[in-house]
This record gives sequence, C-alpha cells and structure tokens, in this order.
Amino acid sequence: MEKPNIKSRLKEKILVLDGAMGTMIQRYKLEEEDFRGDKLKDRPGSLKGNNDLLSITRPDVIKEIHAAYFEAGADIAETNTFSGTTIAQADYSLEDIVYELNFESAKIAKEVADKFSKNEPNKPRYVAGSIGPTNRSAGLSPDVNDPGFRNVTFDELVTAYTQQVQGLVDGGVDLLLVETVFDTLNAKAALYAIQQFFIDNNMDLPVMVSGTITDASGRTLSGQTTEAFLISMSHVNLLSIGLNCALGAEQLRPYLQTLNQKAPFMVSAHPNAGLPNEFGEYDQTPQDMAGQIEVFLKEGLLNIVGGCCGTSPDHIRAISKTAEKYQPRVVNTKTDTVA
Amino acid sequence: MSHKIEPLVLSGLEPLVINELSNFVNVGERTNVTGSRKFLRLIKEGNYEEAISVARHQVEGGAQILDINMDEGMLDGVDAMRTFLNLIASEPDISRIPVMIDSSKWEIIEEALKCVQGKCVVNSISLKEGKDSFVQQAKKLKMYGAAVIVMAFDEDGQADTYERRIEICKKSYDILVDEVHFPRQDIIFDPNIFPIATGIEEHNNYAVDFFKATKWIKENLPGAKVSGGVSNVSFSFRGNQTVREAMHSAFLYHAIQNGMDMGIVNPAILEVYDDIPKDLLEKVEDVLLNRKEDATQALLDFAETVSGTSKEKGADLTWRENPVQERITHSLVKGITDFIEADTEEARHTVERPLQVIEGPLMDGMNVVGDLFGSGKMFLPQVVKSARVMKKAVAYLLPYIEADKREGDKSTAGKVLMATVKGDVHDIGKNIVGVVLGCNNYEVIDLGVMVPANKILEAAIEHQVDVIGLSGLITPSLDEMVHVAKELERSEIDVPLLIGGATTSKAHTAVKIDQHYSSPSIHVLDASRSVTVVEKLLGEKKDGYVSEINTEYDRVREQFLERQSAKKYLTLDKARANSPTVDFFDIKEPNFKGTKQFVDVDLNELTDYIDWTPFFQTWELAGRYPKILSDEVVGEQATQLFADAKAMLSKIVEEKWLKANGVIGIWNAKRIGDSVEVSVENENKQFHFLRQQNEFTKGKPNKCLSDFIAPENDFLGGFAVTTGIGIEKHLAKFEEDHDDYSSIMLKALADRLAEAFAEFMHEKVRKEIWGYQTEEMLSNEELIKEKYQGIRPAPGYPACPEHTEKETLFELLDANSVGIELTESMAMQPGAAVSGFYFTHPGSAYFNVGKIARDQVEDYALRKNWSKEVAEKWLSPILNY
Repeated sequence: MEKPNIKSRLKEKILVLDGAMGTMIQRYKLEEEDFRGDKLKDRPGSLKGNNDLLSITRPDVIKEIHAAYFEAGADIAETNTFSGTTIAQADYSLEDIVYELNFESAKIAKEVADKFSKNEPNKPRYVAGSIGPTNRSAGLSPDVNDPGFRNVTFDELVTAYTQQVQGLVDGGVDLLLVETVFDTLNAKAALYAIQQFFIDNNMDLPVMVSGTITDASGRTLSGQTTEAFLISMSHVNLLSIGLNCALGAEQLRPYLQTLNQKAPFMVSAHPNAGLPNEFGEYDQTPQDMAGQIEVFLKEGLLNIVGGCCGTSPDHIRAISKTAEKYQPRVVNTKTDTVA
Repeated sequence: MSHKIEPLVLSGLEPLVINELSNFVNVGERTNVTGSRKFLRLIKEGNYEEAISVARHQVEGGAQILDINMDEGMLDGVDAMRTFLNLIASEPDISRIPVMIDSSKWEIIEEALKCVQGKCVVNSISLKEGKDSFVQQAKKLKMYGAAVIVMAFDEDGQADTYERRIEICKKSYDILVDEVHFPRQDIIFDPNIFPIATGIEEHNNYAVDFFKATKWIKENLPGAKVSGGVSNVSFSFRGNQTVREAMHSAFLYHAIQNGMDMGIVNPAILEVYDDIPKDLLEKVEDVLLNRKEDATQALLDFAETVSGTSKEKGADLTWRENPVQERITHSLVKGITDFIEADTEEARHTVERPLQVIEGPLMDGMNVVGDLFGSGKMFLPQVVKSARVMKKAVAYLLPYIEADKREGDKSTAGKVLMATVKGDVHDIGKNIVGVVLGCNNYEVIDLGVMVPANKILEAAIEHQVDVIGLSGLITPSLDEMVHVAKELERSEIDVPLLIGGATTSKAHTAVKIDQHYSSPSIHVLDASRSVTVVEKLLGEKKDGYVSEINTEYDRVREQFLERQSAKKYLTLDKARANSPTVDFFDIKEPNFKGTKQFVDVDLNELTDYIDWTPFFQTWELAGRYPKILSDEVVGEQATQLFADAKAMLSKIVEEKWLKANGVIGIWNAKRIGDSVEVSVENENKQFHFLRQQNEFTKGKPNKCLSDFIAPENDFLGGFAVTTGIGIEKHLAKFEEDHDDYSSIMLKALADRLAEAFAEFMHEKVRKEIWGYQTEEMLSNEELIKEKYQGIRPAPGYPACPEHTEKETLFELLDANSVGIELTESMAMQPGAAVSGFYFTHPGSAYFNVGKIARDQVEDYALRKNWSKEVAEKWLSPILNY
C-alpha cells in the first residue's frame, strides 16, 4: 500500500521526530572494533566516536535504535548521517566512504520504517535524511586575527552536500532535514545543492530546515535573529522551518513564537533535554521535557516535535503522548503563490 | 483577480520588511568604487580597515541597505568583493543591514552571493544580453535567495523614454513572474535616472519620464518596487554640492510621490525638501519637471551664485538670523519646537510683562497661522502642529505669568468649557476643537470624556466660562446633550452652548436641544468653524449673530416638521407583510460554534486591512485614499500627514503600544418574527431588531435584519474587538509634552486599527472559522468596498440602531473578559473598539431602518420587556413623532 504523503499527514496531526542518536549509542558501550568492523579494519587512526560509521559496521545497533524510537511513538526517524559529508569525514580521512555511509544509513532506516508502517498502516513512518552543518563555516572566520579568512567555501560545501544528498536519496529517504544550522551561509549552500540535485534528477522531496539559536541573545552563532534566519531560508518552498539543539524546550519558546507568527511553512522543534548540568550531561526527565513542550503545543506553535541532545525513547514516548492531545499549528500560507 | 502582495523582506543579521507602510528606504551609496574616488583609492591600496569605516558611516547615517560596488577596470572585482563582504560579516554593526550587490558583471554577483548569509538585493540584471541569459540569471538568483533590481535595458539599449521604460519593465516583469516564477514582491525596477540640465534638449524630460514610469510600474506591475541611483540626475553640476543636494532631494520628493520605494543615496547628507531655499527650489523644479524652456540656463546661472560647498546635515537655519518676531512666526507656521523656548525667553525681555509675549509675538504668529488656515493655505494637521509649538511657549511662560499676576488681568480671549458627555468616550473631534480654539487664544477647560451634567454645571460656574461645548459620537449622547441643556436651563446658566460630534446635526440641535435652553445652542459642523462661531458669540456683534441663528433654526424646525408630515409610514403589520422574500438553501454549518478569543493579536497582521479614507476625514482633509495624496488642494498636506501616520503606526506596531484583543461567537439561531433567538448550551437569548416603516415605492420591501435568518436551523455570529488597550500610557506622555498632534494621531490610528481588526476578523470568520467563503481572494480595496458575502452590522448603526442590543451581545461573547466594556450609554470602552453581528446570507445587505412609528415602539417595548417610556428613550433618535 502506498504511504500517504507527509504533507497530508501534517494536516491531521503533530508529527513526532525521533530523539538523540548519540545518547542511545553510548548505552551500547561500543569499542574501536565495533566502529571499524571488517570493512575499515585497515584504516589508520582511531575511528571510535565517529558514530555515522556504525550504519555500515554495526547496522544492527542503528536499526535497534530506530526501532526503539518508532516503538516510542516517533513518526519520523533521522538517518544516522549527521556528519556524513566529505568535509566532516576528512578528520578521519574517510572521504571515500561518504556515499556508502549515506546510502546504507538511509537504507536501514527505511527498512525499519517500512516494517512499522506495515504493522501499523494508520501510523505511517517516515525517514528524514539528516544533513548536519559540517564542522566548518563559510560565513565565519576560524581565526579572530584574520576576520576575512574562511576555511571552507560555498562551492566546496555545495559539492560535499550534493554527494550526501545523492547517497540519502538513493538509499530511499522520504525527506531531507538540514539541521543544527549555526551558520546560515552553510545552510544556503545545502539548499543550493539540494535544489540543483532536484533539477538535475528531475525530482522533488520535502525539505525541512532547523536552525540553532546558541544562547539567550536569540541569535544564531553567525549572528542572525530568528526572523532574519527565516527570511534567509524562505527562498525555497520548505516543508518546515524550525529550531533544534543548544537550548531546552523552555528556552526555545520565544523563538518558536516568532516562527509561528512569521513562517509561511510548517514549524518544527527538537530541543535538547534541558540545558546541560555541571557535568555536561542532560538530565531533564521525560515528564519535565514533555511538560515544557506541552506549553507551546497548547499555544499551537508546532507541526513537528522531537528531541535532540540527551533525549531517549522515554522522552519521545512522553512527547508523543503529549502531542496526541493537541491540534497542529495552522500555517499562514503565502497568498501570492498563484498567478 | 487581484491578490494580497507579500512584503519585500530582506535580511542582514536583522530583518528588513518593506511594505506599503514603509517609508522610503535609503540605500547607502558610498561603498561604491565607481561613485566614490575615496572608496576606490582605499580598495586599490588594500586599506580595508578604512573602507569598512566608510560602510559604518553609511549605516550610522541612516542607510537601511548597503550598496557595494567593485566594478573598476584596474581591480580584481571578484576578489575585492569577496574580501570586503567577508570582512563586514565580522562587523555586526554593519552586517545587521542587508547588502545590495551592485555589479554589471555576473561573476562578481555570483561570487558575492556565495559570501552573504542574509537575503540580499542584486543590482542588477536586465534583458541587455537577451532573454536567455536574463532567465538563467534570474533562476540562479532564486536558488541563492536574493531580491533583484532589473534595469530598464534590453538588446536595443537602455530605455530613455517613458514608453521604452514601461515596455521593457513590463516585458521583464512578465518573464520573471510567468516563466521564472520569481516572487513578484522580490522584483525591483530601476527605470534609469539620467542626468538632466545637460544642455541637450532630448535630456530635458528624463526626470519627468522617470516619475511617470515609476507611477506606471507601481500601478500596473503588482508587487514590483522602484529604485534608482539618485546622484546621477545632477551629474552636470559636479562640484556644486549645494545645487546637487537640492536636486537630489527635490528629485526624491517627486519620485516618492510617484511611488519610488528605495534609492541609492548618501543618507548622511540628504537635504530636507522643505529646507531647500525657495528660489533654488523653484529653479531646480523647473528643470526636473521640464516646465520652462530656459530652465537649464536659469539653474546654471543661479548655480554660479551659490557656494559649492556641501551643507552639514540638518535644516537651513538662515531664518534664525531674522528678528525674534519673525522667528516665532516661522516656528509656529512650520511647527518647529526646537527653538521656541529660547525665542520666547528672548521675547520676554523685550516686553514689560510676560503676558504680553502671548498677547504680542505669539498671538501675532498664531494670527498668521489662523489666516493661512482660514484661507485654505494651511490644513488641520499643520495647525495642530502649530498648537504644539504654542503650548510649549505658553508652558514656558506660565511660571513668569503666575509670578506677575495682578488684579483684573484678563489673559485670554475667552474661556471655553469642553466635554464629551456622560456615557460617551469619543473625544478626537473635541480635542481638535480644543486645539484650534487654544491656538486662537481661548482658554480651554477640557473636562475629558464621560462627563456627567452636574460636573459640567459645577465647572461652568467655578470657571465662569464664556462658552460650553458638548461633544459625542454615539446616538444616546444626543439625548444626554438634551439632558445637559435642560440642567443648564434649570441652573440659570446663560452662556452659549456649542454642539458637535459625528451624530449631531443642525436639525437635532434646532429641534431637540435649542427649545430647552434659553441661551443660544449652536451646532458646529467641524473644527475649522469653531473659531468663527466662538468669535462671533463673544464679540460685539453677538446679538446680530444670535438672531441670525435663531431665524435659521426656526426655518430648520419648520422644514423638519414639514418633512415629518410629508413622509408616509406603514403600520407595523403592513410593514411586516411587505418583508422581503428570502430563500434559504445550503446553509453552511459553521466549522466552529461557541466563542473564540483572540488575545494580543499581532498588529502587523492588521495594518494591511486599514481603510485610510476615514483617517483623513478625522483630520478634515476631504478626499478618498489614495487619490487624496495627489489631490491638488490637500495632496501635500495629506502626504505629510500620511507619512507621519505611517511613522507612528510602525512605532505602534514595533514597540507594541497597543494591544489588540477580540472575541467572536457563532451560535445556532432561528428567526422569531423581527427577533432572532440564539441558543447557547441550554440557554436561549433573543436579539431584537427593528423594521423599516417608511412607505416605499411599490416593489421595495420593508427590511429587518431578522429577515436574513431562517425560521429553523440557521446560525448567527457576533464579535467585539478592540485595539485600544494600553493607549492611556502613551496619550499621557504626549499630553505631558503638550503634543496634541501626536495624541490625536494616536487615537485616530487606534480607531483605524480597530476597524482593520474587525475587517481582519470578518475575513477569518468567512474563510476559516465559519468557513462559508473558503475560496475568497480579495484585495484590501475590495474588502473596503465590502465585496464579500455577508455583513457585520453594529448595534447603534443604521441597520440596527438601538444600542442596548450590545448588552446581550457582550454577555454572549463575554467581551469583558478580553477587556471591552460598555458604559451606561452603551459606548464601548476602550473607545477604539468595534462590535457587531455576522450575517452570512448571500442576500444580506446593509440598510437604514429610518424612522419608526409608535406601534413599532410599543411592539419593541413588549419584546424588550420595557415600559414604553424606556423604549422611547433608547429609540428617541429614530422616532417619527
């Protein structure tokens, strides 16, 4: 049976995005061998901590995690590809496996999603190809003494993102998620790559964008206000615009209100499980987090909600239960779309 | 079909939203190697640090967008553009505004697009190299996310006539919108600003053609904006900054009137149009508007007489060298508050007693204002600004006058007591009259709003006033005025009574008020007439004037009675028998039933729905918006007033001065005779309506609102909205500053916003909440003309003129809980509020109930469970007897 289009699902209910991948991987206490497997056993240097590799070397673990989130009520799983670009993998000299990494990650996520969709046909599951910000910035200098310097260019980002998108699309993702945007120029490069890819391959998938407000100043790391960020992303007909990471649900609220007022797209949020404690750990309980999220679900701010750093299936379960109680946000669509 | 156009939104670190309410947008021009030799030198030398300070200076000088151009043969433009953009990205005080990438080379444009995180403007692309490359470039810009300036240029060259300009712009627009699907609000045209006064005859009409093309674009290409490089126009006067700057601001003045949205200028040294010396301005405009044959030569000759040095930013202050009387008059006429205290102080030393400053220099100045106003050369908004200056001067003198007080001083021309009567909260008109009288040296004692009769009596006696002015907007206030007149008579007060306000009339004053009061009662139509009336009443010719009025009012009374007896009325039964035939089919079950509150609605959402025409009426400027802005008589003042209004409106919105709260309700309803019963949960309530009783020509029915509700299974809606919450704080601040202009402006805008809110809610109800008109797509103009299905009549207005129905409505809506309350006269408080019913029947339309006869009054009293006396009181404005 054909899965319903995510856009029509979004009109019916608030969809739930899954939670953190890293938190779950830590529970498996994996070692260097797990990250290498057979395939990468001869690569130099340490690969432990390069979580994206597990899609190739321990697909069983990643599938289990996807399953745990779907079981907890998630509608959308993010692929294990947050660092799946040649730029991010350059630190491990693994540029050559980027295509495979994205392809396999998408494939296994889809496998799990399809199984759940089949068992619960009235709750179809979707796979979002996760596209991270990379560890370099086209808009900011890494050297305070040389503000004009950049360690990555727009064109280099476009090339890297194009490869990632190719792998994700070939692996069967339902949509793309450009997330944790700390530098809008990087995200513009990702959107440029995606648009060009769609044109070249005569296709189209829904695209989500999610930015990161770094602190209480209400700005991205590259200095934009939430509204300026929204404006800078609005040239593409996005499925959704939202915010994730850096802050807990409570702190995100004023910025989500801005998006709610101004965005002509769906609005998403996947906050962290609160702010880190003095040990750098996230210790907000599922109930507390769901309670904070409930505040803005009640206000009708969101269409998509999930978790970022420090969240687990228990958090997603609590969030999913809460989300069921509320109607999705009504989108103010642009009126100038028809000629 | 027309559509609502989205605003043009751009971003640096912060957003820039450009819509119809925005003022002209300054694009900083100095970071341009082709326009600034200094900037070119800095870039060539690699002195980026100082180059950045040029950018900063532009932002500090008021640039809202920064134009950056690196097109110079000796430069590596791509490299210079990238370097400069990367550098300013680390300067938050500069990069907070969006950039305009200015280049004729595509490779420089594309490189720049790869360096800018915000949504910028690209300046420019055109059809110069044919359609294919134009389309390709536009598609790329869409992918990068940029707005675009399109130059009026095609394969045949740059457009230099009006016809060529509009032909190319239209062609470009159609390609962008229809083929590239470029967002129309992101399209900005540059219809070419060329140098004029070059000595070549063909160039003489360049500016005129630009203005005409701008107007055409704004009227014919929806969403498109107009920009241009302004300094080009004065190219022939290089080296003579005085003339150039005058040309720039005069050019902008006319261009903006024709709709130009933004321009590349040096914001730090833009002269204010009004400050251009009149002789220079005339010569400049002769050239710009190509209105004299020898204009170029005349300007050239004149240019030789003025110094070529650039002026400091700020007004031309030569008038400051005139004698003090002239300076005071200048400040009063121009509404300048900056120097008035100093000048008043100076004038104080020239006279014996401080009071003489008011009687002498200040009144002389105000007399000039009065003459100009009287002869139609100044308009109300300017007079109110003059009053602001006057008040400031008087406030300054007050302590000196107090200290100097002697027996028998009479400081003013007369004392006028003003009040909005009990039960009414509307006071814009009253305040304007107060200001105008104050300007003419009358002492105004303003008792405010909701003033009961006994307060008016007490104050009249205490202050020994010469005139009493009563104001009111809603119909029950008419009755209250009658009551006040009776009370004045009872207390044997014998000062003239002035009656004013929207529902008052000469007929009502003559027929209903005058007979109860022995002293004259005079209806004053508008603020500008108040001075003449008061002057006559207090002057030597008072008796003649009063007998004139008496004769006139006798005639009015006679005519009124004649009309009354001439009109024929049907009995209520006959009127009911002549009800319209209304079919009910496909009654749409509302998507929502019950009440829904809207708290703290974003004012931004409402501004698009403002109907501006009544705003100008408030200020006694006659004409329909937007035509009024170019009106021959009041156009200039209307434009100035509109600019002030927009400036305040954007403050109201941005700084959240006002809170917009509203509530709507939709209920099951059925018609019972001339009433409508609504059921909420298990309770039933009735709304009682009135039926026209006039005998019409055959075939025309006698209507009642209940006709539009079916006898079973229908629905009725209601609403109450306000945008007046929070207004008091700001009004108090203006009043403290003696700033009546801003105070009246704020109230007038709050009223407009409340109406806009009602329009906005009505649309939301039609399209979503009730959902009976989901396909509707109307422009604001069409909304104002009410081209939608269904009506929202308000209790107290012609279709349902009886005010107490608001009580039932408010109870059902629980309107108090969103902060809207009713006074005992059924006025809504805050004053900036609107309430009414929603009727959805396709045949429903507004009508005027007109006068009703005794039998309907009795019937209504029965329905309302009132005595006949109570019914007659509330229905008094519409009784035919």
